[in-house]
Amino acid sequence: MNPDLPAWSLTADAVQDIAIASQWPDRVTRDWAIGGATGEGVDVCILDSGVDGEHSLVGGLQSAVAVVFEGEETQIVPDDVGDVVGHGTACAGIVRTLAPECRLHSVRVLGSGNTGTGDLILAGLEYAIEQGFDVVNMSLSTTKRRFAELLHELADDAYFQGTVLVASAHNMPVESYPWRFSSVISVGSHEGTDSWEWYANPSPPVEFFARGLDIDVAWFGGSTLCCTGNSFAAPHIAGLSALVLSKHPGLTPFQLKSILYLTASNTGGSE
Amino acid sequence: MTDGNSYREAVAAGMLPSEESHQALLQSIVNVARAIFGAKASSIFLLDTATDELVFEAVSGEGEGDLVGMRIPSSTGIAGWVLITGQPIVIDDLQQDPRFARQAAERTGYVPKGLMAVPLVNGENTLGVLQVLDRAKDRTFSLGEIDLLILFANQAAIGLDLLQTARRARAVTERGEGSEAVVARLAALLEHAKDDSAGLRLLESLEAVLARLGE
Repeated sequence: MNPDLPAWSLTADAVQDIAIASQWPDRVTRDWAIGGATGEGVDVCILDSGVDGEHSLVGGLQSAVAVVFEGEETQIVPDDVGDVVGHGTACAGIVRTLAPECRLHSVRVLGSGNTGTGDLILAGLEYAIEQGFDVVNMSLSTTKRRFAELLHELADDAYFQGTVLVASAHNMPVESYPWRFSSVISVGSHEGTDSWEWYANPSPPVEFFARGLDIDVAWFGGSTLCCTGNSFAAPHIAGLSALVLSKHPGLTPFQLKSILYLTASNTGGSE
Repeated sequence: MTDGNSYREAVAAGMLPSEESHQALLQSIVNVARAIFGAKASSIFLLDTATDELVFEAVSGEGEGDLVGMRIPSSTGIAGWVLITGQPIVIDDLQQDPRFARQAAERTGYVPKGLMAVPLVNGENTLGVLQVLDRAKDRTFSLGEIDLLILFANQAAIGLDLLQTARRARAVTERGEGSEAVVARLAALLEHAKDDSAGLRLLESLEAVLARLGE
């Protein structure tokens, strides 16, 4: 097969060229998916309010940038501010708890005021995809329709290049993005208190439910707070994704989502 | 401003209930939210897009009477995060957050232990944030509590939308010039007319005057 040609079709003699080495087990279980995994070698990006890398529950950051306005244009600059709310630190701490050896990166898209937030989120996501991070946690959404199409394109770019976007679902009766896109893994909360309990939802657009109730999370100044919200459920799935990818590198977002489905607490593969 | 919207707003201004009625609606929402959750306080923030600030629009309980009109930056803090990300959040031991505690003490003199905050969304626009502070501890907390608060947030969002529309409409008439103001004053006259035919008679006489002027 000519690698210069787009793969719009598969000729008979090219079938042998796309043979894919597969070591799928007869049955996918949690032990197969994440048993012994630590997240090592996996890059997880927290697109949020910044991250306090010094917090003991975060345990260091690999990189930190902020998206800011320079006039009308957005710019990516090194982040010397850290977390402006506490929330990004909370999400990073959750990912670290589940995947202790992953590499954490922060892309701060908040802190420049409410105006233009959609542009900052878009620029931040574009940067995260360009960096080739394995997992991007987005515990945020926008209701602005004019950003939906661009977000959709970015989400598809991420999907095809192998960057997994994990987004918290909006538990309000509003149209918001990007969690509704099928190329994104969307997460809502269940009422349990076990971080290793997650459910596949047979009635999307919310695809998974993970722990989002009464979680002691990392916050400002080395503190911890007890928090509840879908925005804390998403980093649980982001952390689990890092575990799966560290044990099974090279999985596509489609394959990863299938593994999360097969090993969910309600699909029989949770042992 | 001569687009159709400003005419409609001008007409609306002549017929709208007072600012006080809208504020009473928001006040009743925070009063009920506070009662349902057995909370120490509840408040509604409105986003002022011109200044990018959150403004206390209604307060029930702690801070009632002092806080309405107070402004905080929209970009930082928990209310700002909720506004910008659109994500509801519940925090149970806020006093552990040193920055929040200091800012709350400086602004309001009251540092809550717990907070529930949801964005107020109307269509594409996030208009503000509804907060409930220090809900009763004897209530078993569940995700249903957030759902309940979201139901209230929907009411509050509609209330805020009405309030903002009314303010824009009044701004049109208060400028006191241009055709929008004329339309608004006519609308107000018609609103107070004793019978329906009075409005038509008024218009007919106006047309006659205008026709005469044009001759």
